[in-house]
Amino acid sequence: MTAVNVYKQRPDKIEGQSPLHHAGLAELVGKGKSGAGVHLREKKLLGHLTLRGDAKDPAFAGGVHKALGVELPVALTLVANGSLSLQWLAPDEWLLIVPRGEEFATEKRLREALGNELHYAVVNVSGGQTLLELSGPKVREMLMKSTSYDVHPSNFPVGKAVGTHFAKTQLVIRHTAEETWELVVRRSFADYIWLWLQDASAEFGLAIEA
Amino acid sequence: MLHIFCPHCGELRSEEEFHAAGQAHIARPLDPNACTDEEWGDYLFFRDNPRGLHHELWLHAAGCRKYFNATRHTISYEILETYKIGEKPSVTEAGGSEKKPVAKGVTA
Amino acid sequence: MSQVNRLSRGGRIDRSQPLTFTFNGETYQGYAGDTLAAALLANGVDVIGRSFKYSRPRGIVAAGAEEPNAVLQIGSREETQIPNVRATQQALYSGLVAASTNGWPSVNNDLMGILGKVGGKMMPPGFYYKTFMYPSSLWMTYEKYIRKAAGLGRAPLENDPDIYDHINQHCDVLVIGAGPAGLAAALAAGRSGARVILADEQEEFGGSLLDTRETLDGKPAAEWVAKVVAELKTLPEVTLLPRATVNGYHDHNFLTIHERRTDHLGETAPLGAFSAPQARHRVHRVRAGRVVLAAGAHERPLVYANNDVPGNMLAGAVSTYVRRYGVAPGKKLVLATNNDYAYRTALDWLDAGLQVVAVADARSNPRGSWVEEVRSRGVRVLTGSSVIDVRGGKRVEAARVAAIDPVAMKVTSPGEWLDCDLVASSGGYSPVVHLASHLGGRPEWREDILAFVPGEGNGLQKRIDAGAVNGVFKLGDVIANGFEAGVKAAAETGFKATAGDLPRTEKRVEEAAIALFQVPHEKPTARAPKQFVDLQNDVTAAGIELATREGFESVEHVKRYTALGFGTDQGKLGNINGLAIAARSMGISIPQMGTTMFRPNYTPVTFGAVAGRHCGHLFEPKRYTAMQAWHVANGAEFEDVGQWKRPWYFPKKGEDLHAAVARECLAVRNSVGILDASTLGKIDIQGPDAREFLNRVYTNAWTKLDVGKARYGLMCKEDGMVFDDGVTACLADNHFLMTTTTGGAARVLQWLELYHQTEWPELKVYFTSVTDHWATMTLSGPNSRKLLAEVTDIDLDKDGFPFMTWKEGNVAGVPARVFRISFTGELSYEVNVQADYALGVWEKLIEAGKKYDLTPYGTETMHVLRAEKGFIIVGQDTDASVTPDDLNMGWCVGRTKPFSWIGWRGMNREDCLREDRKQLVGLKPIDPLKVLPEGAQLVFDPKQSIPMTMVGHVTSSYMSATMGHSFAMAVVKGGLKRMGERVFAPLADGSVIEAEIVSSVFYDPKGERQNV
Repeated sequence: MTAVNVYKQRPDKIEGQSPLHHAGLAELVGKGKSGAGVHLREKKLLGHLTLRGDAKDPAFAGGVHKALGVELPVALTLVANGSLSLQWLAPDEWLLIVPRGEEFATEKRLREALGNELHYAVVNVSGGQTLLELSGPKVREMLMKSTSYDVHPSNFPVGKAVGTHFAKTQLVIRHTAEETWELVVRRSFADYIWLWLQDASAEFGLAIEA
Repeated sequence: MLHIFCPHCGELRSEEEFHAAGQAHIARPLDPNACTDEEWGDYLFFRDNPRGLHHELWLHAAGCRKYFNATRHTISYEILETYKIGEKPSVTEAGGSEKKPVAKGVTA
Repeated sequence: MSQVNRLSRGGRIDRSQPLTFTFNGETYQGYAGDTLAAALLANGVDVIGRSFKYSRPRGIVAAGAEEPNAVLQIGSREETQIPNVRATQQALYSGLVAASTNGWPSVNNDLMGILGKVGGKMMPPGFYYKTFMYPSSLWMTYEKYIRKAAGLGRAPLENDPDIYDHINQHCDVLVIGAGPAGLAAALAAGRSGARVILADEQEEFGGSLLDTRETLDGKPAAEWVAKVVAELKTLPEVTLLPRATVNGYHDHNFLTIHERRTDHLGETAPLGAFSAPQARHRVHRVRAGRVVLAAGAHERPLVYANNDVPGNMLAGAVSTYVRRYGVAPGKKLVLATNNDYAYRTALDWLDAGLQVVAVADARSNPRGSWVEEVRSRGVRVLTGSSVIDVRGGKRVEAARVAAIDPVAMKVTSPGEWLDCDLVASSGGYSPVVHLASHLGGRPEWREDILAFVPGEGNGLQKRIDAGAVNGVFKLGDVIANGFEAGVKAAAETGFKATAGDLPRTEKRVEEAAIALFQVPHEKPTARAPKQFVDLQNDVTAAGIELATREGFESVEHVKRYTALGFGTDQGKLGNINGLAIAARSMGISIPQMGTTMFRPNYTPVTFGAVAGRHCGHLFEPKRYTAMQAWHVANGAEFEDVGQWKRPWYFPKKGEDLHAAVARECLAVRNSVGILDASTLGKIDIQGPDAREFLNRVYTNAWTKLDVGKARYGLMCKEDGMVFDDGVTACLADNHFLMTTTTGGAARVLQWLELYHQTEWPELKVYFTSVTDHWATMTLSGPNSRKLLAEVTDIDLDKDGFPFMTWKEGNVAGVPARVFRISFTGELSYEVNVQADYALGVWEKLIEAGKKYDLTPYGTETMHVLRAEKGFIIVGQDTDASVTPDDLNMGWCVGRTKPFSWIGWRGMNREDCLREDRKQLVGLKPIDPLKVLPEGAQLVFDPKQSIPMTMVGHVTSSYMSATMGHSFAMAVVKGGLKRMGERVFAPLADGSVIEAEIVSSVFYDPKGERQNV
């Protein structure tokens, strides 16, 4: 028996249902308002892994770099390497997002690079959250209606990512390009966030993208 | 709405991201079984309620999920410092009492 | 009636846009740009309401937020009713419907008015306390009557058709007020590149500059306003908020602004861009680096006899109506003042072609520039004099002017009655200190300007005061003071402000005011005609004197005793006069008397704005599992468990709760049922010290739990009381999966983190919530093995996959972890799959289960089934006073664990070891059809007299379809040693249910059914 149970949890041939499956976003594509100030896209069914470890331990930081090709991001930042992104969540916690289905291989790669001596954790949380991408000239204003965190570019430049209060719940906001933002939303709250975003975006026009 | 500096995130955040978790620096007795009922009762139930500086435990619930300490003035609600678990406060009632208490506020 | 008081020219109104509105059922016309108050005055509407106590007719007094009388009910339909709207702040729109809130049954024919003459005696100050405290049982009756007569407005009974919202703002500099000081401050700060918000409560920026006769750079001041606003609009980091009242100044420079976005457009908000509803009001939640408070000042009226008759107004308000709205609220003006500024009103009145009968100036020899200008235009200026009395019923008819000695409080000449229809008074200016005192900063008295200015407040507010609020009144000084404040605020937030040219103002001699609050009368105050201090609450000078005589010496007590400053206007006009009178009455100075403080909100805020979008379907988050769509499609009724929506039961046609639950229970006991258990908290625990950590937080031992096995655990707080429970499985040597109760998931994770972060950081372990990642479906019942076998590749052999173990394998083609644990007492499998694939797995199980009559069941059936087995639900069968031993779960306590785990010391306190503690037992009602109400109190002797000695209560109670009788769980004093004894539940309806104390395990006590 190994010290940790590593288990491939995603089936190969079965199509999954993202937390917003019931919203039928695909059917809404192209039906939004023209000139919409807010565009929404669910980056669904990606591989999400929570990574825990001691950032100050070179063995840990080095191992992560070896496995992922990126340095551990510092507080409140996000780094990307192609389709992989690694985000600081806490001094000993990071969120790793990889393309759909790569999470098992990525976890194995990480565990291989980090070895058996280090104390760290990798947890597959792919089914527990989804990523919503918001883009457009009015996203910032819409976010201002939703979170008390300051989303002005002087405080929230591209590359920053924060966990904060949002509407009446909590989520992670990531600023990925000038007019593009991502929300990391927990599965069970996804419907609430979707309802909230529709409401908060209504005055700016909302368009759903594939 | 307090503005609280999270020592882990390294910036000021709004109070709604946090949970207050009571008085800070109350260490669990290393051997609870050796405590008398009175000692155990003190540990469990008795807390300071100062008019002035108070060292408190807070949780950055919506952010990094880390606990930390804050030195807060219970009359003015001013937060004089926040610091990580395991660290000592640099502002204490004896040392930092040059902070004058705020006048009694009577509201309409 | 046409607009009898509308001047033929002037004002900032648009005469090409007439607007029709109604007030108390009468139709009137005004113009775009009017406030409701301006339009009412234009139409000669004198009586706007009736007063609170004496039911005297009242008219419009002011032109802004300080208005005490014209507080109206707005709305033509039930769903659009808004109470407490100040007509002076409500822009006129076409179709506006307004009504008096006080005045019952109508303002001109008022029942209370008839009583009013007596009412004065009936309601002396302190009437609430004196009259209505006894008998207290009558308070409800009195309250209804008083509320109706007093006119507090009413809330709509139907849903508001509009939406309201919130927005979060962050800025370097928030400038409050867009008068001369605020505009200059915003300009200075804005030019530096700082993020600036400029908020002003009025329809347009400019404040006093919109109606002043003073010039800037030799041109009308409004032109400078337009130029500054135009420049501010070009600055990208400047946010301009007109119609936005900064209402609250909260901790750490957090302020709330109430913006009325569409109140000027109509009764309901028109659709906006993208045909979306526009928020009618928006609350801005602002975190500001620095605040420039440029809130200005309110003019104080003088307190003379009958100063409440319609036609008594503030001098500045008269100017505002004349110059800004082209409305003359009368023909013949008498002006009473103690300062230079009010002379502007006389000049404005003359410019409008109207008659100034006289100016009464309390000062003996005023020689200021405006004074001389008024004199030079032939106006009679009576010095050392004041208006001491007014005559008139529903409108001023004459004013009596006499010589006075304000220090000795004496009238020194017989005086004369002057015919007039308007008395304008000015007793000086009170800085608007409200926001500055919201955090407890006490206003400070300045004798040189006879006013309170904002206190420093021990630096809690990072605030710079500018302009009139700062005691600076001369226009040129105000602008300079504002600019300076803007520069300072920018500098303090890290921006470098550039120098700017200030506009040139007129050169003029201005002289100081003298102190005059209450004007003397020949008769002592108590016998003189009423001299009103607080018009909204009918507080008179005599009432305040009485309060001090009766021993109410603190300003706060005077306030509470007389109701001074209690109304929706919060005493904006009356407070300073009131405390000056109290101080004089007690022979002390105003600063000795001190002032009352203010709290948020500065002006009333609608509930809609407070709620924002957190209402209706967005009231609070609803959490759903991955199988929600199936539950809805299959007719589930839902139960709230925390924020989760859980299927409660699945009724078939014609079934009620009891019938459905009975059917679901029997299906599980006889064949197989399926439950969505995804909401259970799930925590992934990794690390070499994971096992040790479990030993410390659970009551039982985890050292020997092998990989592949699962164990039930109880968690206590340090006091030894149970706080959560669940099954934890060993996934690998250093890897566990903990489950928690649905409601306890977040709490337990925080608890683990608390101890790890603060007490035992040396333990190598990490906790991660996987509640949302895994969906859980429970198959329970004798046929569950057969059913599961049809869709899984896992070997379900009872020896290979025994009770309290888990296996990995595919279920319906999806990788799963299957736990053989049971909350029903039946053979059960909990199938966990990644939530993205759960609905498909669920549907395949439903399909495969048809031949076993697989029955979906909800939380109610789960509760019954577990209770039949005596399994507890933490929070239902426990509260925070129940130890594991109280639950008869001593088997779950690791008494020999080496580490003193959480709860062990606590549960060994003497009190926790008593044998007569309330203990969990089963109850079997003697009448098998009677179901004990949950929460019912229990007694041993039902014949004892009331109050009876209660010995416990029912925690869970159901009808069991399986056993064919009712049963319950309860905590009973010493219950575990009382098996077979009787308890009684005396109910509120007088009936008593008798029950036998039995074991809490009713069904299959040996556990043979789950272990097959």
